[in-house]
Parts: sequence; C-alpha cells; structure tokens
Amino acid sequence: MNVNLNGATRSLMDDATVADAAALLDVRPGRGVAVAVNGEVVPRGEWGRRLREADHVEILRASQGG
Amino acid sequence: MDDFTVDGVTLPSRLILGTGGASSHAAAEAAIRASGTGLVTVALRRVDPSAPGSILDVVDRCGVRLLPNTAGCFTAVQAVRTAHLAREAFGTGWVKLEVIGDEKTLLPDPVELLAAAEKLVADGFTVWPYTNDDPILARRLADAGCPVVMPLGSPIGTGLGIRNPHNIALIVEGAGVPVILDAGIGTASEAAQAMELGCSGVLLASAVTRAEDPTAMAEAMRHAVIAGRLAHRAGRIPRRTHAEASTAFEGMAAL
Repeated sequence: MNVNLNGATRSLMDDATVADAAALLDVRPGRGVAVAVNGEVVPRGEWGRRLREADHVEILRASQGG
Repeated sequence: MDDFTVDGVTLPSRLILGTGGASSHAAAEAAIRASGTGLVTVALRRVDPSAPGSILDVVDRCGVRLLPNTAGCFTAVQAVRTAHLAREAFGTGWVKLEVIGDEKTLLPDPVELLAAAEKLVADGFTVWPYTNDDPILARRLADAGCPVVMPLGSPIGTGLGIRNPHNIALIVEGAGVPVILDAGIGTASEAAQAMELGCSGVLLASAVTRAEDPTAMAEAMRHAVIAGRLAHRAGRIPRRTHAEASTAFEGMAAL
C-alpha cells in the first residue's frame, strides 16, 4: 500500500503499522517524537496500529524554534 | 522574594530563550547557559534522518524546562493539533501558542488565537499565548484561562523594540495575569524597558541567536531583565520639564 509519509509517497507492506512507517525514517518510539495519522495523535503505546491505504502520516521531533 | 511562578512552577529567571536561529546546537547551548534562563522554546518539525543531534539533548544537558511552540500554524485547528503532538513528544502541557495571520508580518491572527486558546485550556494545557499588543485581546486570553499573556513588542525577528509601550503598560495594568514581552526585542535596553513597564518576563530568540556574539548577548539579556525588574520595583523618579538640583543651594558660600 502507499501512504504519505512526511510529505512523500512511500510504499509499505499491506499490513504495515505506524511503527513500520517510523522505521523507514530510523525513528523508534521514545521521548521527543510524536506521530500524527490523518491529523490525530497516535500515542507511542499505540504504534502497533495498522495503517490504511493513502493515510497521511507525520512523524515529528524537536527542532530549534523561537 | 521576587519569584516568578507560573502554573505552580518557580522559574530561576524572568528571561525565556528561544532557540530559533541559532547557528548550531553548540551555539544554542552556550547561549542558554549564558542567559541563565530556566525555560527554552522549541518547535516541532518533520524528522530529518540526516540532521545531526537533537536540540532536545541540548535542553536536557542544560537542565532547563521546555516550552514547545506552535510556530508556523495559521489556523486554530493546526495549532491545537501541534500542541497535542508536543504534549505527546515532550510530556508537557505547557505550550507557547502561536497562530499567525500571514508570512509577511507574522502577526498573530486574533480570531484563530483566541479559539485555539479556549480549546487548549479545555484540553488541560497551560497556554502561553503570543498575542498582539492589544489590551482587550490580552484580557480575553486571560479570561479564557491563559495563566500568562505574551504581547509582541514588534513583529518577530524585526528587532524594532517596543513600538507601543503605552499598550504594553495597559496590558500589564488590565490583563490580570503576568505579562511576558515576546518578540521584537533587538538589544538589552529594550528587554530592560519591557521589565520597567511592568512585564513579568521577556521571551526572545533572534536578538540572541542572530547577534554577532550570541553568548555575549545572552549574558547581556540576563542582566537587562534583572536590571529592568529591579528598576520597576524601585520606582523611577517622575519626569520633569525643568531641572531640580540634586545639590542643595542652602548654605552656599557668598563668593
């Protein structure tokens, strides 16, 4: 299946989870990281959740800011 | 004692430092340490696997608190989602709420800002709203449950200082919550002026991170905020049209 991951189309296995998408960016669940799927927060305890075709996944972390 | 306490937390300094614009994590760390701040803002951005290190490590090493921001958000919906993501990432309900109206001015959109503040307060956040220098809007934000309000001195990154000190004084007088001057500060005298006007704190980033010597400017801001606060509490002399001798004329010799 294809999902939008941080603005780019990426191919994943049909049974892929949030954690699988994060792994594409070398990200593991932990402090300092947050994930939104279709705009809603996915708590780090729920990264085992299955993704669906065309999901919009944002994986964010701290950056310098004012 | 003259503690600065927000949401039950006493901060070691009335200076809040933004990390935006720092040339490196090392430069940010030196500035944080020199500033004496206990509270540092960070943003949330997409993971960049090629980026070295993390500003979060810097903040942790310095032993300061985090104030995540919603910088770049144009709508209440975006800002509320960003705040929830920040709470998930950093485990804090503190958020610097920034909802801007356009990229040219980076001025807050008051309608979206108030809507986002109301929603986030209802969701249990401690909302630090970046707002216009509008006394009425500041009061509305305080009424909505924000424990502080953060009016701008002038637009973000301009270094134009406090363009409307009268309004800042009115906000201090009428908001009913501590006021933190946020944005527009260019140099130390302007940070001191904010404190002399009665602000409880100053939040700045560019003035330090984009100074020729950020570490030295961070130290300057540390002292400016302390000096301005002391001067405010000391009570300045009234302005006069004519001179008033500090040395008495009485007892003067006839020469």
